[in-house]
Amino acid sequence: MGERTIIPFGPQHPVLPEPLHLDLIMEDEKVVGAVPSIGFVHRGLEKLVEKRDFNEMIYVIERICGICSFIHGQSYAQTLEGMMGVDIPPRAKYLRTIWAELSRVHSHLLWLGLMADAYGFESLFMHCWRIREKVLDIFEETTGGRVIFSVCKIGGVWKDIDNDTLNRIKVIVKDIGEEAKAVTDVFVRDYSVQKRTRGIGVVTYQEAIDLGAVGPTLRGSGVVQDMRTLGYAAYGDLNFEPIVEKDGDCYARTVVRVREVYQSLDLIRQCIEKIPDGEVDMKVKGNPSGEYISRMEQPRGQTFYYAKGNGTKYLERFRVRTPTFANIPTLLKILPGADLADVPVLALTIDPCISCTER
Amino acid sequence: MAFNVINKTIMKSLFSKPATAMYPVIKNEFYPNTRGSIEMAKIENCSFCGICSKRCPATAIEVGKSDKKWEIDRTRCIVCNFCVQVCPKNCLNTQRSYTAPMRDKSSKLFTVYGPVVQEVASGTAAQDNPTQVETVEEDA
Repeated sequence: MGERTIIPFGPQHPVLPEPLHLDLIMEDEKVVGAVPSIGFVHRGLEKLVEKRDFNEMIYVIERICGICSFIHGQSYAQTLEGMMGVDIPPRAKYLRTIWAELSRVHSHLLWLGLMADAYGFESLFMHCWRIREKVLDIFEETTGGRVIFSVCKIGGVWKDIDNDTLNRIKVIVKDIGEEAKAVTDVFVRDYSVQKRTRGIGVVTYQEAIDLGAVGPTLRGSGVVQDMRTLGYAAYGDLNFEPIVEKDGDCYARTVVRVREVYQSLDLIRQCIEKIPDGEVDMKVKGNPSGEYISRMEQPRGQTFYYAKGNGTKYLERFRVRTPTFANIPTLLKILPGADLADVPVLALTIDPCISCTER
Repeated sequence: MAFNVINKTIMKSLFSKPATAMYPVIKNEFYPNTRGSIEMAKIENCSFCGICSKRCPATAIEVGKSDKKWEIDRTRCIVCNFCVQVCPKNCLNTQRSYTAPMRDKSSKLFTVYGPVVQEVASGTAAQDNPTQVETVEEDA
């Protein structure tokens, strides 16, 4: 047995997009334990509900996370709509679904790029982000923002997308699918990439359930769980199956995300074909009162929203459980026994979003 | 399993134009929907009711009814467009271009006085305006 050393990993590290800190306990080149510490970007957004009107708060909630910002806004709106018993117009539901799925495409392409960067594949990283840029252009054209859309509101959405633009988006989405094929093939088929991902960080079916993993981390281990199957927004009308891989290693989690990109593109196509005409917004009267819980599928997995209203325009309590928080125990499980060189890949494989986790 | 799957993409990139725009020569074009910055478009219609100020999630806007002043702190504004949507007189507008970078903090305040339009990039307003400092503490 070698001598034990502690290597600090993060909060500033070239592969980490966000400040996650891990104290890695090492024996020679092998990790034997890891102690996480978070709290570098805590902003107290949950507490802020007591000082901001529930309508204004949606713009704050969208800023919980930069990547899944729309889905955070959507989750918050859905929670309050559920609490107030509001059924929003069907066109608004479809528009929300389109933006949510585009967010998933952009989040997964961003993650694939970061993953490529984690094992030193710089050009693959650039190509993933090149394709992602087209999704951001769609966002800017339809909502006005590239990252933070501020388009969701309680009772619908602020902006409609006209049918010509929707048809154009359908063509762009098809192009993105074709372009992404050449790039995602590298993750799925390339020998040298598989050397870095196959058989590393294995989480078995039972372990994934016991550790409470969510999202692609869970589905990579063969567990069929996707909150979109609950049928919120327009997902009830769409035809899709949760994507599942059996191996539970880094490769399986990558493949789940690669396949989800195409699934999302297909869902956008279905939405554009089925979208009904009509209003996108309705007036919501009164103040929220009571408690409500809603679950949504973010790119990183299941997010859990709790809100408690007291009949005034300020919420009494608000709580978010984000997917990264649920996935950190999985990360701590897969780190022991890994080589130091594999730690960046393993840390990225759960798709850590620390801004979400700390709020 | 295959080797060098990226080669096809590399060859394609070698013989195609760069994906990025050559910035100083080619400027980015904004879309009609782009949210760049909030501007007071019609100060003559403004009733200084202060709704934009009350509804602003970032408390960036300050409205003075007595001195007919509408002031926005560009560094606090998150361009969520909520003020534009709630304005009862439709005086506010979203510009497509982003706020230009600033050299010192005194130029962060953008003030418009009505009914005679005077635009002051006010340095003095920041000093005789202690509420700005208070709101910072409140959010932190």
